[in-house]
Amino acid sequence: MKFSDPTRPDAQIGLARARPQARALAQGRGTFTSDITLPRMVHAAFLRSPYAHATITAIDLAPARTMPGVVAVLDGAAMADLCTPWVGVLTHLKGLKSAPQYPLAVGRVRWQGEPVAMVLATTRAQAEDAAEHIMVSYDPLPPVVDAAAALAPGAPLIHPELGDNLAFERHIDTGNTDAAFAAADHIIEADFTFARHTGVPLEPRAVLADWNEGAQRLTIHQGTQVPHMMQTIYARHLGLDESQIRVISPDVGGSFGIKIHVYPDEMAVVAASRLLRRPVRFVADRLESFVSDIHARDHTVHARLAIMNDGTITGFDIDDLTGIGPYSAYPRTSAVEANQVINLIGGPYRFAHYRARARVAFQTKAMMSQYRAVGHPIATSVTEGLIDRAASHLGIDPVTIRRRNLIPDDAYPCTSPSGMRFEALSHHACLDRLLTLMDYDALRAEQASLRQRGIMRGIGIASFIEITNPGAAFYGVGGARISAQDGATLRLDAAGRLIVQASVTEQGQGTTTILAQIAAEAMGVAFDHVRVMLGDTDVTPYGGGTWASRAAGIGGEATWQAARALCAQILTLAASILQETSGNLDISGGAVIDRASRAERITLAELARIAYFRPDTLPKGIQAELIATRHYVPREYPFAFTNGIQAAWLELDTETGFITLLKHWVVEDCGTVINPMLVDEQIRGGVVQGIGAALFEQCDYDAEGQMLNASMADYLVPMAGEMPDITIAHITTPTAESTIGAKGAGEAGTAAASAAIANAVNDALSPLAISLATIPLTPARILAALQTGTGRAGGRP
Amino acid sequence: MKAAAFDYIRPETLGAAITLLTRHGPDAKLIAGGQSLLPALNLRLSAPGLLIDIGRLAALRGITLADRTLHIGAGCTHAQVMTHPLIQRHAPLIARALADVAHPAIRARGTFGGSLANADPAAELPACALALDAVMHAQGPAGPRRIPAAEFFTALFETALAPDEVLTGVDIPIQGDTQWGFAELARRTGDYAMVGLAAVARPGTIRLGWFSVGQTAILAHRAAATLTEGGPLEAACTALADDLPAHDDPQASAAMRLHLARVLLRRVVGAWGGR
Ligand SMILES: Cc1cc2nc3c(=O)[nH]c(=O)nc-3n(C[C@H](O)[C@H](O)[C@H](O)COP(=O)(O)OP(=O)(O)OC[C@H]3O[C@@H](n4cnc5c(N)ncnc54)[C@H](O)[C@@H]3O)c2cc1C
Repeated sequence: MKFSDPTRPDAQIGLARARPQARALAQGRGTFTSDITLPRMVHAAFLRSPYAHATITAIDLAPARTMPGVVAVLDGAAMADLCTPWVGVLTHLKGLKSAPQYPLAVGRVRWQGEPVAMVLATTRAQAEDAAEHIMVSYDPLPPVVDAAAALAPGAPLIHPELGDNLAFERHIDTGNTDAAFAAADHIIEADFTFARHTGVPLEPRAVLADWNEGAQRLTIHQGTQVPHMMQTIYARHLGLDESQIRVISPDVGGSFGIKIHVYPDEMAVVAASRLLRRPVRFVADRLESFVSDIHARDHTVHARLAIMNDGTITGFDIDDLTGIGPYSAYPRTSAVEANQVINLIGGPYRFAHYRARARVAFQTKAMMSQYRAVGHPIATSVTEGLIDRAASHLGIDPVTIRRRNLIPDDAYPCTSPSGMRFEALSHHACLDRLLTLMDYDALRAEQASLRQRGIMRGIGIASFIEITNPGAAFYGVGGARISAQDGATLRLDAAGRLIVQASVTEQGQGTTTILAQIAAEAMGVAFDHVRVMLGDTDVTPYGGGTWASRAAGIGGEATWQAARALCAQILTLAASILQETSGNLDISGGAVIDRASRAERITLAELARIAYFRPDTLPKGIQAELIATRHYVPREYPFAFTNGIQAAWLELDTETGFITLLKHWVVEDCGTVINPMLVDEQIRGGVVQGIGAALFEQCDYDAEGQMLNASMADYLVPMAGEMPDITIAHITTPTAESTIGAKGAGEAGTAAASAAIANAVNDALSPLAISLATIPLTPARILAALQTGTGRAGGRP
Repeated sequence: MKAAAFDYIRPETLGAAITLLTRHGPDAKLIAGGQSLLPALNLRLSAPGLLIDIGRLAALRGITLADRTLHIGAGCTHAQVMTHPLIQRHAPLIARALADVAHPAIRARGTFGGSLANADPAAELPACALALDAVMHAQGPAGPRRIPAAEFFTALFETALAPDEVLTGVDIPIQGDTQWGFAELARRTGDYAMVGLAAVARPGTIRLGWFSVGQTAILAHRAAATLTEGGPLEAACTALADDLPAHDDPQASAAMRLHLARVLLRRVVGAWGGR
């Protein structure tokens, strides 16, 4: 492996470099959208629906218009001429339907928190004061809260024109599933429930739109993962040419998939800037974020596993139901998560028979769509929950049953029953490494001896696969103008330093740092001599941005390729200056060197000086080109699957139902590790989000469709005090598709953490023969299960 | 959300603060550490026209011990109280309870008096005041008066303070052979508890101050009497059903809360031994 030798010249890939931008952020010198103030800027505040479902019978904007500082007050009717509606469907998700969605509700509201009217005023406080004076009359309609109820005959229709509340349904059937289940020695069955939760990035959604009437251009500063996608969207729905739109995403304070969707309030802000011909800024506050950011998960899965006496899995039979709110999100849709759930179930294992149904229902709750590790935690929890139940049913160790069924490490390439193609995975190597890392046997012994003393501890293991480096298969083939390829431009400046402009983006995860490492190594220059610019559609090459764990694997490879191209150009120039053949030259340490002796011939700074200031001294016919651009997208595989395994160790207080997390381990394989520190922090952060799902986070709705815990006081995000130490190790199986061999790592932590925790809780409860299949595992749920002894008990969650 | 507009004034003396409070009536609110008030303003649960800042009044500061009585100024911050040697020595229950009040940043601003005057039923300090049989010092236009803790917490977020009175400090009687115990169950470190107990045993009396069990912090009289009379712990646990109101909230049903309260009582009193 070319990056495994640490003594290679100019080594950068594999170094644990700290993020250079962290210094500015720590000093408060970052520039977030909410830091940007423009002359004549006005602030937007929204009046949101208090009802989950209602007809709007009248809106009186007049009282708000006379309030101090108010510049304009707009409602759905006023928006009609400014912005066309959108429909969140993709052609490859066959049968997916949704209704047109408008920036501000027109005639009817369909979730509590849906924007109804907008105030633009000199300050945000004035805008909020005025919003309280907008008079809206509602005629309440029956709310449709529960996804199963939404699909029941006679359910109130959320969009009457669609005929029913079923947005999407998909089946997978390898055939003979019934026969496989009939032939199975045992059938393991469980109903899993996954609460809704949401992303809660540190910086809420923020957009500042600035229509310049003179230039006829719209500049939008936005906390987004996908500047080019947003450029396309704004052009299409505001009736502009893409070239009239510049989207800049400055520092972005976290996103987790929240900042990848089209939000009605943000569209209203951009449209209002054009109407008012002045800058308009909107920064969502926490309270409105809870009811207007996309939510995630919200699945119930009826799952069956067919297994033989010797522990061999023969089949899975799955029925997934999810509720997505009243619209499929635009432009990525809200069907991807369910689709992914049934694609991924059983993924780490070898089995032949698979039948699955996914149903996606409309409901009158906040919208649901892609959030970190889309579908993965559901698929992993169902798969690993079934495997653990099977192990305990058969009386074999959870490690043994996995060992028996995990796809062998030498069986690749291969294809899963759901059609997922795996290039090369390392489940067994990861399992071996995990067992050593956690000292599994000693931990089991400790658990047994503590049980004697009435201390209930549990060990939970969860293998997983992760979809990364997606090509066009995700969105492009479905007709969305969402780029699957990304580009990088590298330029040598006049001082011989490197400037990288790339289309992937940064929201705090360290993209900038790893691109600088890749560029530095590929070019043979110092890390400090590389400056990276991201997130500006006027400046960077065209590309997809950051989603589905793709920035390192795709953006990183584009950067590598561009650097190699620039090296070749520089060597051509150097050869002509040095009267040498370029094949005898190389670049290292910021200088052109003699390839054989590695002696310095000319520094890049000197070369740049000549190229830019003394081109007259170059041989005739030689024009220096010190800039190169390359684009990259994987073509062999639709996705680069990664794999890994996690384990949790926790203690359960059976009197209180409280759980104390003691330790968490992750072994994962993202191919070439570009920056071990940043990869590990990605995984830790992901694990913490998975722990949030397992124990804390849920958007709690009542029967009227009101979110009851929409504040940071009541919605429990995971916090440092409850987090265990998280130990991480890597197995390295690079993808052969790219030079670097990096696969994604951003979602690995989230993919399996909740499954490992749930398995550990059930392991702790195993002496009582209780198992739970609902997350979050709140004290109320655990106590209820302990009291009734079933794990299915009610009680308030 | 942003708070509605308000005026702000920082009087130099306690007298001036009381005069302002009297003059502006219900339109004015005192602000001490602001750690409960400002969130309420930002949520627009409250929109006073005037904030009177008592945060820097020297008259509300200081922790002293005299005549077997510990006096804690209402304006002392949680952090000051928690780390004060007199508190650690003579009222370790309070130091222990404060460790579970919010997070360091909030404890650096939030005040002892603010927490008591705010009378949040989920707050730790009101239950401690009940268990320690504290006496509140109030001052209004008519001069100072004293209010026993048992009469102070009247309803949800309501106290016996008149609208024009300021809580100036709290007296805590000190006895040598006091046993104490504290336990709460909170989902995350620093969160308000699902249920909590501050317990004090002095010769001849046991007081069980509960928080997050209803509309106010309360003393569990029957359970305490059972224990004071030397009854078995399980009998006290049974008696809790009559002491604690049936209180349902999204965190816990009334039945679960009673169950958890009994667990806490067993743990706290059980640790005292001898029962
Ligand atoms: C994130 C967070 C978590 C928290 N967690 C907890 C917790 O776990 N447990 C807990 O107990 N508290 C918690 N708090 C609240 C904190 O303890 C507050 O500091 C306290 O409740 C109020 O004190 P203050 O000085 O900040 O009062 P302020 O917020 O300034 O005032 C609160 C109320 O008391 C009145 N008031 C204040 N001082 C006086 C006085 N001297 N006389 C008369 N009236 C007065 C004010 O007019 C106002 O109505 C938390 C707060 C936050 C922000």
